[in-house]
Amino acid sequence: MRPFKYSNASDAATAIGIVSANPTAKFLGGGTNLVDLMKEDVMRPTELVGVTRLKYAKIEKKVDGVSIGATATNSFTANHELIREKYPLLSMAILAGASAQIRNMATNGGNLNQRTRCTYFYDVSMPCNKREPGTGCGALHGENKNHAIFGWSEECVATYPSDMAVALAALDAVVHVEGTNNTKRSVQFANFHRLPGDHPENDNNLKHGELVTSIHLPVNQFADKSYYLKIRERSSYAFALISVAAALVTDGNTIKEVRIALGGVAHKPWRASIAEHWLIGKQATEANFKAAAAAELKNAKPLQHNKYKVGLAAKAITRALEGAMQGGVYGAMEADSTTTNNN
Amino acid sequence: MEEQPKLPDLSEAERNALEELMPDEMSEIITSGIKRRHFLKLFAVTGTSVLAAHLLGIEQLMARSMPIEQQAPMLIENGINLSFKVNGSTQRLTVDSRMTLLDTLRERLNLTGSKKGCDHGQCGACTVIVDDQRVLSCLTLAATCEDKKVTTIEGLATGNELHPMQASFIKHDGFQCGYCTPGQICSAVALMDEANNGDASYVTANVRKKSKSIKLSDEEIRERMSGNICRCGAYPNIVDAIREVHGDKAVAQVWQFADGTI
Ligand SMILES: Cc1cc2nc3c(=O)[nH]c(=O)nc-3n(C[C@H](O)[C@H](O)[C@H](O)COP(=O)(O)OP(=O)(O)OC[C@H]3O[C@@H](n4cnc5c(N)ncnc54)[C@H](O)[C@@H]3O)c2cc1C
Ligand code: SF4
Ligand code: FES
Ligand code: FES
Repeated sequence: MRPFKYSNASDAATAIGIVSANPTAKFLGGGTNLVDLMKEDVMRPTELVGVTRLKYAKIEKKVDGVSIGATATNSFTANHELIREKYPLLSMAILAGASAQIRNMATNGGNLNQRTRCTYFYDVSMPCNKREPGTGCGALHGENKNHAIFGWSEECVATYPSDMAVALAALDAVVHVEGTNNTKRSVQFANFHRLPGDHPENDNNLKHGELVTSIHLPVNQFADKSYYLKIRERSSYAFALISVAAALVTDGNTIKEVRIALGGVAHKPWRASIAEHWLIGKQATEANFKAAAAAELKNAKPLQHNKYKVGLAAKAITRALEGAMQGGVYGAMEADSTTTNNN
Repeated sequence: MEEQPKLPDLSEAERNALEELMPDEMSEIITSGIKRRHFLKLFAVTGTSVLAAHLLGIEQLMARSMPIEQQAPMLIENGINLSFKVNGSTQRLTVDSRMTLLDTLRERLNLTGSKKGCDHGQCGACTVIVDDQRVLSCLTLAATCEDKKVTTIEGLATGNELHPMQASFIKHDGFQCGYCTPGQICSAVALMDEANNGDASYVTANVRKKSKSIKLSDEEIRERMSGNICRCGAYPNIVDAIREVHGDKAVAQVWQFADGTI
């Protein structure tokens, strides 16, 4: 690791002040992503400010939903009564990620700001526009079986790795952010992360020095019918090839509301709006789930090695919606939830 | 009368086996304990000796703390003055801001029980318990540990009395080489608290049902322990060891010595 200054911030203004004043300074949450990337020499901050002692670790009920603190850990969040009861989709997604030890360290703010797991990004001897703008994208014509099938550009075909974020996208969360001089703003989850375009070095729309302080979950009626399905190469402790956060509100068997978000397919959590649209007012049947999934995947643009993701995503959407209809109960759906990729 | 030195932590059967294999070394082992060269000799005389490997594993599993001297502050670029508790005793030292908790434990505090497997969060060999939570010491900067309470494998036993999880790992032979074992045991100890709190996992049937003190199935134990990789593949025995501590029933031991003793 390269040398860096370290301090533990005791209040947000100090933390934001330090990072804003130094273009190569960074906040440090649980460190599970940043410390790893610093060991790999992929990220080279000259200064770190620890934010885990800030007063943003609460999960609170609000009139219009629930607020989860940015410095609360992933474990604390997934196991909080309010989240388990009212937003089980979020608990399931968090618990599908990493390992118990990592979830105990990882903060919610850090989770949203974790970097891609693209192997070219991780290897400093390879070209990568995200790590070093202008060097080219190693994956575009390289090994890209884990890469995007939606929304990529010639500059970057990486996917966004967080499971938690896929659930937050489905739940229409709002991210609360604080900048210098106590300026605060709220960002709709759909606008938090971005597509790579010409600037893959930016994963999201946070400005340098802006601190995520909390994430707001609006009230919804999805708790009875929601499910997070994660497809990976081994059954635990692995990133998703494809994941689906699915949630429904039905009247009898008629679909009143539906949310579908996909992980492992794009530079940001991908809301399957075409499939959602298609399903409103229809019957909740397997045939309709399949048709909706097909409508969404028609627009997929797979790369050379990830064509398998198109079929896999369609099946995963169908299965996740069925899982949600069955009350999101694990076991009902899991007979063969892990799959090896035989493309 | 001087206390009779004894071979600590060996069963009668293990002691007999040692005596048979290395009669010349036995008196030395009894007076000064098992040394590395004894293991090497054991390997030499027995080929791939199961017993030697087993004893090596036990060494890992029981790793104990050695008293270390308090160090004077050092002048280093980006030095951090740190005060935290490790296995009950307060430690004050100056560390490089880049130093991980794992390296601090191993290199500065002589607590070499915690192992460096991958150094990147992918194996769990470095698992320790910080403020009652299992975490990875290889991705924890020491600088973030001010005022925290760290428990390592060396801090689990009370004097000569093993933590029940350590005893259970021995009973169920929950290891071969022992490299992953300190991490496995720290992880399993913290897992018991998580189960008592009613925490959920990805394979919990219904996350919306929260109850205190849940009973973990083998599938639950495997999922919750998936952050600890064992290259020797001791998984079935690890699950048995955890099940015994977690449950209220003894779990049958599935191995025995060749002469039929256990
Ligand atoms: C072996 C391994 C397996 C994993 N598997 C999975 C998986 O299957 N699914 C999954 O979703 N994740 C997985 N992860 C990733 C893990 O979830 C993230 O590393 C973690 O969520 C990051 O949180 P952190 O607090 O440790 O972030 P840090 O590493 O501390 O920080 C990450 C980034 O966020 C920034 N940051 C931190 N807090 C804030 C804030 N409040 N405001 C603004 N910026 C902030 C930091 O500056 C840094 O750039 C895995 C990680 C490892 C090491
Ligand atoms: S896909 Fe993105 S992260 Fe991967 S090599 Fe290309 S530019 Fe870098
Ligand atoms: S050494 Fe820490 S997880 Fe492998
Ligand atoms: S006992 Fe050898 S790695 Fe687990």
